Amino acid sequence: MENRNKPEPDKAIEADNDRNIANSPKDHIPGWGIDANPENDPTYPMKNWNGADYQRFNYDKPTQQPIDVEVLHSIERPGVSRVFGTSTPPTGISGAIRRWAFKYSESTYLHWVPLVLADRVNVIEGYIDDLKHGIVPNPFAERGWQAEWKYNRKSLVKNVAIGVAIAGAAVLIMKQQNKKKKRYVM
Amino acid sequence: MLAMNFRGPFRVRADRNRPYPEIKHPQDAIVRVTRSCICGSDLHLYHGLVPDTRVGMTFGHEFTGVVEELGSAVTNLKVGDHVMVPFNIACGACPFCQQQLFGNCHESNPQATAVAGIYGYSHTAGGYDGGQAEYVRVPYANVGPTIIPQGMDLDDAVLLTDVVPTGYQAAEMGGIQKGDTVVVFGAGPVGIMAAKCAWLFGAGRVIVIDHIDYRLEFVRNYAQCEAYNFKELGDVVVFLKKTTGWFGADVCIDAVGCDAAGDAFQSLVGRKLPLTGGSATALHWAINSVKKGGIVSIVGVYGPLDTLVPIGNVVNKGITIRANQASVKRLLPTLIDHVMSGRLNPKAIISHRLPLEEVAEGYHIFSAKRDNCIKPVLIPPHARA
Ligand SMILES: NC(=O)c1ccc[n+]([C@@H]2O[C@H](COP(=O)([O-])OP(=O)(O)OC[C@H]3O[C@@H](n4cnc5c(N)ncnc54)[C@H](O)[C@@H]3O)[C@@H](O)[C@H]2O)c1
Ligand SMILES: [Zn+2]
Ligand SMILES: [Zn+2]
Repeated sequence: MENRNKPEPDKAIEADNDRNIANSPKDHIPGWGIDANPENDPTYPMKNWNGADYQRFNYDKPTQQPIDVEVLHSIERPGVSRVFGTSTPPTGISGAIRRWAFKYSESTYLHWVPLVLADRVNVIEGYIDDLKHGIVPNPFAERGWQAEWKYNRKSLVKNVAIGVAIAGAAVLIMKQQNKKKKRYVM
Repeated sequence: MLAMNFRGPFRVRADRNRPYPEIKHPQDAIVRVTRSCICGSDLHLYHGLVPDTRVGMTFGHEFTGVVEELGSAVTNLKVGDHVMVPFNIACGACPFCQQQLFGNCHESNPQATAVAGIYGYSHTAGGYDGGQAEYVRVPYANVGPTIIPQGMDLDDAVLLTDVVPTGYQAAEMGGIQKGDTVVVFGAGPVGIMAAKCAWLFGAGRVIVIDHIDYRLEFVRNYAQCEAYNFKELGDVVVFLKKTTGWFGADVCIDAVGCDAAGDAFQSLVGRKLPLTGGSATALHWAINSVKKGGIVSIVGVYGPLDTLVPIGNVVNKGITIRANQASVKRLLPTLIDHVMSGRLNPKAIISHRLPLEEVAEGYHIFSAKRDNCIKPVLIPPHARA
């Protein structure tokens, strides 16, 4: 369904002609290369100029790292890079969302927005996973509030006080409403 | 082992139960970390702005360490070498590495083609666990790791893995000519270093813009430059036009990136929601403050989504934009020389040395700009003796 209106990718690509200067029509183009200027290169000195890319794209690739974890790869490349990280392979619901996102290219919102969503889902999964392993997350420590206590105590105290006041007010209001409800019952 | 563990935006912890890294490829090394910084780039992860940042990852792309173990194909290092490890993971063989574009390697990141692998920088940068840990896996160890020269301070060495090359390349990409007026947006570690390095390229005047007074004060002294608080300037662009004879600066450098403050709309769509690749306020100012035909150099990091910039002005003013991840390995020989000869003194920007166990405090202090923080360094237990 996704590919309904797209041209067959392989037909659109004439790979043999890409950076194959012998096949280019240069000999039939009047003035071919007449204004070429090797100094017209805004990438100097960030790029070490060592000849044109058409001579360089057939390189000896490093050995492939064994793919022993699930690696999602961008559809803008033919496969997994020769080396990759093995941190946190996709799992759970966030993993399913990530797999779906990787059906779309880096050029689309359908790739990136689901990944951001997956990150948020992953946070909830992280809480569950912690509890499963007997770890009770300590937001106070994880947010580094010990440092806040040390360097910004006044505003921390103020914020906590405001939080407590709001929570207190909410409890009071709820109690009031409960009383009202009870009255109706009676 | 002990390592940082990401639990979600604004939540990290020091975790004692992380698995030791393993050799996964013949060109891998395992390094025992001796110093590891927290970077402004880590703050983008910490703030939840980088897609595919998975819970449970260890961050950290600026580190030094001692080689513990080597894969069978590593020939340039031996066990016991003390190395600085460039933040770019680079194969050395692909067309981009051959051109010394080590920040753009094609064989280190399966997840995205737009960026090379970076240690501890989400799956969008390859899914590697990073160096805010006791041990770390270092792929392509023949290419990146560089032996720390005798007599070099570890605190200088660790800053050579990112901040110094990035600041330097920011100035380099500015194509600064002798006498040029250079404006640097951002007085974080990268902006401070860019301002310092602008002089090495012959700048005639260096102006830094930020809104945090202690940082402005620091950069004024450290980089011998002018420094202004944009909150006190009214319209930043008008101020910069005026102070450059109404022409604009010759070179503008964006050393802020996607967490930029200063514009409510950019902050809403770029940081709060976020619907764009980040808040591009500093980049917007850079484009509008540079002269016609001027150069804008971008090292500030943005997300992969579309970002709001006045591209029409880029066209109409004939601006050249130059941007990249720093190519650390390419710049190391020059920068080691600048450090050893005393022309650059990176370690002076380190404001906090914290035990790795206090990683959560480190992130908070750096992110919330507490205690005059400029650059925090984490030190693992075995390196503290
Ligand atoms: N390209 C690379 O290779 C590379 C390497 C390292 C860091 N970076 C990026 O460089 C940027 C800076 O890194 P850092 O470690 O110095 O971070 P940092 O967060 O410490 O510094 C950013 C500074 O910018 C200031 N700022 C915010 N909005 C601003 C605005 N509108 N105008 C001017 N200043 C503003 C902040 O107050 C802060 O002092 C980050 O985006 C980081 O990801 C890029
Ligand atoms: Zn960094
Ligand atoms: Zn490469």
